[in-house]
Amino acid sequence: MRRVHILGAGPAGLYLAILLRKANPATEVIVTERNAPDATFGFGVVFSEETLGALRTADPQTYTEITDTFARWDRIDIRYRDRTMSCRGNAFSAIARIKLLRILQNRATELGAQLRFHTEIEDVSALREDADLVIAADGVNSILRRTITGFDAQTGTVGSTYVWFGSDWVPDAFTFIFKQTEHGLFQVHSYPYDEHSSTFIVETTPETWRKAGLDQVSEVDSMAFCQHLFAEELAGHTLRSNRSLWQHFPKIVNSTWSRENVVLIGDAAHTAHFSIGSGTKLAMEDAISLAAALENHSDLRTALVEYELDRKPIVERFQQAAGDSAAYFQRTEHLQDLEPPQFAFNLLTRSGRIGHGNLAQRDPGFVRSVDNWLHGKILSPPPLFTPLELGGLSIGNRVVAGSPETGAGLVIGETVAVTGNGRIHPGSPTLADAGQWPDLVESVHKAGALLGLRLGHAGRRGATHPPQRGRDIPLPADQAWPLISATDQPYGPRSQAPTMATEQELQQITAGFTEGARLAADAGVDLLELDMAHGYLLAAFLHTEFPFTVLEAVRAEWPVDRPLSVRLTVTDYRRGGLSEEDGIALAARLKAGGVDLITVTAGQSVHSDQPPYRRGYLTALSARVRSEANVATLVGGYLTTTDEVNTIIAAGRADLCFLEGA
Amino acid sequence: MRIGIGLPNTTPGPNPAVLLDWARKAEDGPFSTLGVLDRLVYDSVEPFTALAAAAGATTRIGLATMIAIGPLRGSAMLAKQATSVNGLSGGRLTLGLAVGARKDDYVQAGVEHRRRGAILDDQLAHLRAEHPELPVLVGGGSGQALSRMARYADGYAHGGGPPRAFASAAAKARAAWAEFDRPGEPLLWGQAYFGLGDPDTGSAYLRDYYAFTGPFADTIAAGNLTSARAVKDLVRGYAAEGCQELILLPTLSDPSEVDRLADALGSL
Repeated sequence: MRRVHILGAGPAGLYLAILLRKANPATEVIVTERNAPDATFGFGVVFSEETLGALRTADPQTYTEITDTFARWDRIDIRYRDRTMSCRGNAFSAIARIKLLRILQNRATELGAQLRFHTEIEDVSALREDADLVIAADGVNSILRRTITGFDAQTGTVGSTYVWFGSDWVPDAFTFIFKQTEHGLFQVHSYPYDEHSSTFIVETTPETWRKAGLDQVSEVDSMAFCQHLFAEELAGHTLRSNRSLWQHFPKIVNSTWSRENVVLIGDAAHTAHFSIGSGTKLAMEDAISLAAALENHSDLRTALVEYELDRKPIVERFQQAAGDSAAYFQRTEHLQDLEPPQFAFNLLTRSGRIGHGNLAQRDPGFVRSVDNWLHGKILSPPPLFTPLELGGLSIGNRVVAGSPETGAGLVIGETVAVTGNGRIHPGSPTLADAGQWPDLVESVHKAGALLGLRLGHAGRRGATHPPQRGRDIPLPADQAWPLISATDQPYGPRSQAPTMATEQELQQITAGFTEGARLAADAGVDLLELDMAHGYLLAAFLHTEFPFTVLEAVRAEWPVDRPLSVRLTVTDYRRGGLSEEDGIALAARLKAGGVDLITVTAGQSVHSDQPPYRRGYLTALSARVRSEANVATLVGGYLTTTDEVNTIIAAGRADLCFLEGA
Repeated sequence: MRIGIGLPNTTPGPNPAVLLDWARKAEDGPFSTLGVLDRLVYDSVEPFTALAAAAGATTRIGLATMIAIGPLRGSAMLAKQATSVNGLSGGRLTLGLAVGARKDDYVQAGVEHRRRGAILDDQLAHLRAEHPELPVLVGGGSGQALSRMARYADGYAHGGGPPRAFASAAAKARAAWAEFDRPGEPLLWGQAYFGLGDPDTGSAYLRDYYAFTGPFADTIAAGNLTSARAVKDLVRGYAAEGCQELILLPTLSDPSEVDRLADALGSL
């Protein structure tokens, strides 16, 4: 390439300039930056050890200069209530952003890149005509991305309100501080970046921020507020401001990273919430990948496609983790009931990228202390083997499965229909099978497990073929039975139209549930579950009092010393349907009605919805129900490893887990 | 993992003679299935017609739509076409269905694009109620498509990409399957493009075929398998991620491509 224009002299733009000049000194590289060389927003930049190898290979000289300047630590401290919990083995380094920029500026200049500061770009098309390739390294608000058609960036914000300070307080670990105030919870993310300085980010929800009056005060006064609030931790040290204003973190997602001869790198292409500390890392890795692709392919289009194919999956994984982390910090207020060891474990596993097994490798002592706290003994097994006390019952381990051969602590089989017309398919079990229950209880107990029995009524999802063929495939009319529901509309295409249940029919159904509870109690069943999920009958009535009437009747029949559970659709995954908040309110009401456990599920209220399927996709929902409705939860959502179960249990995101293949 | 090969029913210059020759070669080769694509507004052979012809020219090899755009046909006609091919072939059809990606196909077919999901649901409900003997796969990446797959199908037809993209989609498909409490596991089928004899022409075809996706066409073309080594790497990657049947789709109409692919796989 003859000439490359790079817009923006941040870490991404400068590092790419270095790598391009190294790869081919004949390429003219011009970096244009609107600000001064020493102007910088923010204080320190943090790197994980994983990044450093890539930097060493790409340019040993800057690698040495950068790492010579590094502040390093391997500990995360979590200050919560009046305790500090520490977890080792988390290798991080940080550097002052201004120092990083100086190293990169000097190296780029030494290699012959032209750096033009204080220069605004007036005419984007002239820039594009002037060069073979134009790099948009101009950050979140990238002018190139915004002015060139074809980049369909999705922009928005993610996470809570935060403000970015520096401080001369120098912790010797990455430090989180959680501070409860009369207005609500404030939290700090702080890390050292040289021997005199640290980054000190204060974060809180917009509600708490307003309650504290921070929407009304100046930059100086808000810094004074934070300084006062964290006076104890700062121990006489002070905060520093650098355009430190409260803001929301910008979220940028681009489906296309290049158009013709313009390509996006760093924040211009994608952002990841600061709480996983990956923005600069991703930006510099982009530069390495793009430089390599340009070196490997003489055809520009092929090179840009390869760069995008290389980076996008990695960036998407980080953005997913960053989104989960940002959402976590929005909800920490609801986690203040967790005891310190569990709170710390929950924080460290927030993004879903690090689990129990991984942390146990990093800091065995920390994880053992969490396991011991959970188990109440010094020598404790992994979290999934910690018994659960629930509604008078002690469940041997935290795994729930469909059959007793698996070693699960609790076995729950197919839903038992409380009336003949409440069957899902012709072979659905009914109360008529109750004669077999005592034997079933005995065989499950023999296998060392407890038996749970779920009672339900199919409602308008009844009279279908067995699930081997699919779900909601209606039986031929001559084999079907009449359906009832809260509506007269059919559930899906070609489904039988139900009739609206009459008062008398609802009474019969209530009687079926109480009869089922009585039979289950007599048979020695350990746990009873009511099905209020997935658009079956009780779920279809969740907007009415009927499910609560059923619950009251069942609770009166079911022994007080045995747990009662409800399988609940917590959200509908459709616009205008049941929101997560609605579902949490229902869970709280069910708990008040005597329910000991909520089996968290979602979707299928109607035939067509949009569930965000992925590994463990119900876990965050369970964590919300558990912490906000203050009730024990059972969750599935495609968990396939014992490590996932250990992580969920130790973090307090659920009390029991369905394990696939168990 | 079984490996199938696509029939060149959407590559440039398709004619029945080429398709029949291709099908016979595939039947004699190490391939489990002949797959076809479906596009209305593109120079191509209608997929059920192509499979019917292939059925007559072969006796062993499986036949599959990867995928057919169900809603372009009426529900009864779709079932008629599928059961006809299945009957003609002695029960060798696997019916892959999805809503497709092109609005112009819907305009040309006179079908409301915004109703495509509801129509496909109806077609699947009909097929599963009336023709349970016919194996059905469903494709698509949205939550809605995955629910549709888990509700109605025997498995998932992935739309292509590197092995890690398949792995991510497979996890989603299994998650949906579990949420619908279906017994066992979903079938998992993958697909990828190859063009060994004349990679440039093959990749140019892909850029043209996918031009409607904008810059994404370049990404698809970049994934074209143009060497034996690339074929082997992808096959190994898909096998490792639990794919049960991988259909390698042609980008060139030359029947020698069947031999080239067989050679590439033979050295696996």
